[in-house]
Amino acid sequence: MSQFSSVALPQIGSFALLLALCLAGYSFIVGAMALLNPGPVSDRLTESARRAGIAVFGMVLLASVALVTAAFSDNFSVAYIFHHSNRDLPGPYKFAVLWSGQEGSLLFWSLLLAAYGFVLRLRYKTDPRLFAYASVVIAAVQVFFLLVLNIAAHPFAILEGQIPPDGSGLNPLLQYPEMVIHPPMLYLGYVGFTVPFAFALGALIMRYPGEKWIHITRRWTMVTWGFLTIGIFLGAHWAYSVLGWGGYWGWDPVENASLMPWLTGTAFLHSVMMQEKRGMLKTWNMWLVFSTFWLAILGTFLTRSGIISSVHAFAQSSIGPWFGWFLVITLAAFSGFYVANKSHLRSEHKLESIISRESSFLFNNLLFVVACFVVLWGTWFPKISELVQGTKVTVGAPFYNNVAVPVALLLLLLTAVGPLLAWRKTSFESLKRNFMWPSVGALALGVVMMVLGVRPWKDISYFYSLMAAMLAALVTFTVASEFVRGGRVIAQKHPGLGLLPAIVHLYHRNTRRYGGYIVHFGVAVVVIGILGAPFNREVEKEMGFGDKINIGPYTLVCQSYTQDDNPNYSSEWAILNVFKGNEQITTMYPERRLYKASSQPQTLPRIYPTYAQDLFLVSDLYVVYEGRNDETGRPIIKAHLNPMVPWIWKGLLIMIFGTVTALIPNAAPLPARVPARVQTAPVGAGD
Amino acid sequence: MSGNVKPQWKRTAQLALVLVAVFTLLGVGDDDARFRNLGHHLMCVCGCGQVLLECNHVGCQYSDRMRVELAAALDRGDNDDLTLQSFVQKYGTTVVAAPSTTGFGRVAWIMPFIALVAGLGTVVMVVRAWRNRPAPALADGIQPVRGPELERFRDQADREVGL
Repeated sequence: MSQFSSVALPQIGSFALLLALCLAGYSFIVGAMALLNPGPVSDRLTESARRAGIAVFGMVLLASVALVTAAFSDNFSVAYIFHHSNRDLPGPYKFAVLWSGQEGSLLFWSLLLAAYGFVLRLRYKTDPRLFAYASVVIAAVQVFFLLVLNIAAHPFAILEGQIPPDGSGLNPLLQYPEMVIHPPMLYLGYVGFTVPFAFALGALIMRYPGEKWIHITRRWTMVTWGFLTIGIFLGAHWAYSVLGWGGYWGWDPVENASLMPWLTGTAFLHSVMMQEKRGMLKTWNMWLVFSTFWLAILGTFLTRSGIISSVHAFAQSSIGPWFGWFLVITLAAFSGFYVANKSHLRSEHKLESIISRESSFLFNNLLFVVACFVVLWGTWFPKISELVQGTKVTVGAPFYNNVAVPVALLLLLLTAVGPLLAWRKTSFESLKRNFMWPSVGALALGVVMMVLGVRPWKDISYFYSLMAAMLAALVTFTVASEFVRGGRVIAQKHPGLGLLPAIVHLYHRNTRRYGGYIVHFGVAVVVIGILGAPFNREVEKEMGFGDKINIGPYTLVCQSYTQDDNPNYSSEWAILNVFKGNEQITTMYPERRLYKASSQPQTLPRIYPTYAQDLFLVSDLYVVYEGRNDETGRPIIKAHLNPMVPWIWKGLLIMIFGTVTALIPNAAPLPARVPARVQTAPVGAGD
Repeated sequence: MSGNVKPQWKRTAQLALVLVAVFTLLGVGDDDARFRNLGHHLMCVCGCGQVLLECNHVGCQYSDRMRVELAAALDRGDNDDLTLQSFVQKYGTTVVAAPSTTGFGRVAWIMPFIALVAGLGTVVMVVRAWRNRPAPALADGIQPVRGPELERFRDQADREVGL
């Protein structure tokens, strides 16, 4: 590392951050003044504020590049790099250093916010005035984050004293490929909800006529929701693949923090359709999109203030009060704007029937919000208990399983029923006609499961599993029936067009609707993956050469142990042959590493999905090399057999597919068939 | 005829009750299941934040000992409440993975259901208010279609476009 980069990089980064703060402040103040005082110069001021907002992106990007460059050049004079990197850290993880600690992740948050703001400000011609309002709101949020970065959590703080020869290294748990993409996805989701919030607040302040702001933000919201969904699932997959306890969701406060905005964001995605199509729920949607933005900030406050203990949380730091005050100020400001402009948000239509798409959305939103409340309540209750009675309690999986699961099952029921209901009113006959066969199918599955040995009366978790399976089947059948029904209508109108092409065309004609159904199907598949949890099995054993573990129909035979070493870590591996009956189906290599820079151990389980053996009733054979028994020196192996888990990740892929296709513009309807005798050759056609 | 129906229903109900009782009792006394159930209602106190049976730290100073204590409590014949209480006395209130159903802990369990009921009440009120709202005015001279005629149009639209 040259003397120049050692000194210049932190200074360039610091200066860029300071300049970004000034530009964001300018964009906010001048932009707001221009909107408050319309006049001959306001257009020029608005334009000036817009350009300042664009420049913020350039400055934050420069600061981020400086920090990443400092990581790659092993610039340990920067305290952040010293604490989160080391010389032998592989390249991708050096890049991931940007979001691996408190200060860097806040810089990354600012970078994404600036990038979203950059795109928004470039597209301002869609509706200059609305975009100007949204730009001011985003600038206000940017000012907050840049203030925190410049004052309370400076990523370019210089280490005092002698520059150490090597860094402390990255937390071993973060040295996993998914950690390179999980946080960016999650942050893209968290930060992205600032955009629909900014448009909503802008529309509220300017008493924007009509629902155009919803059309403008629809894609933003869906993309953001997609990122948040991917981020949450990648986090779950990371926990499953790295932490080695055999599960993927622990109801930890950090996990809960990501789930809360997802729940309200999902509610918003549904309820916003009521406003688009029927001019209803305007006030509700305003509060829902604000809550989603606010909960994303609240999650950050929870995990970074140290107010609630979590295995994931960043160390207690001085930024908690900053976020606390920001939450208070945003709540007060939004409430104030709402009170001043609420007369603008009156619904335009009346509800005609309780059996209608509108009412299903109402109940769907109620359940999403209640689910969010359950998670919020469970996350805060230890603190509330401590304040009220002086004793801290734990709120873990048993609480959420008993309270959140019933709500989730009701939501799944609505996911099945909702698409069958028409807007305004659905006749009971129509509901019965569309609902009968899916219900029969779901009930048949329930009977089959009980015949196969699922005893719902034996344990509440079995009951939940059975209900979840039946409801997931109901969702699947209703989605399938919707596709078939719609495809038949098109096929009847266009003789010669087969059912499958008709369904494909149907999908293209209303990508949002049918993409949404595919997302529902993905959710059903995820539920199928989760419902196997009560049937998990596990065995732990000290294993010498030739020793066996029997788990379910599988036998693990210890073949050998081996060791490896590289500059970053040393490792021990167990080599286990896996048999089903007498046939060897695979060999697994569970590993345990010791990272040299941090002297921290880490287990890396190996996971074998049994598709080839079980197909639909697939399980994960999940094997952990836990280390050696201190007393006997013998290696300890823990094997889990987790039924259905692979479906969770398949379900995510289906959800992503549905979300992406829902973003594709609709195709035009097929041209009506013209009788052959009046067909004429188009001009220029020949041969 | 109707006189025969009631005893039939009675017999069916009795049979269902017996079946439920039999299948319920099948689960009683299953110490392995109780161990798994209680082990998932307790936290490891080493600071890992994991449920007792999921703590996977080799050499953990607590989890192995706690598992042995749990197995011993079941061998003694202690019921679930007594077992959990003994753990609370020894390791503190945070050892239990969920709030208790007594005292202030009860609030944790009740609040979500209060929220659900309150939300349901609100939705019902909103639905009523919306249903009682007068229909939006149409342009001069246009009479909105209602009743059977509206139903006929809806059915026709459903048949023809069905999307």
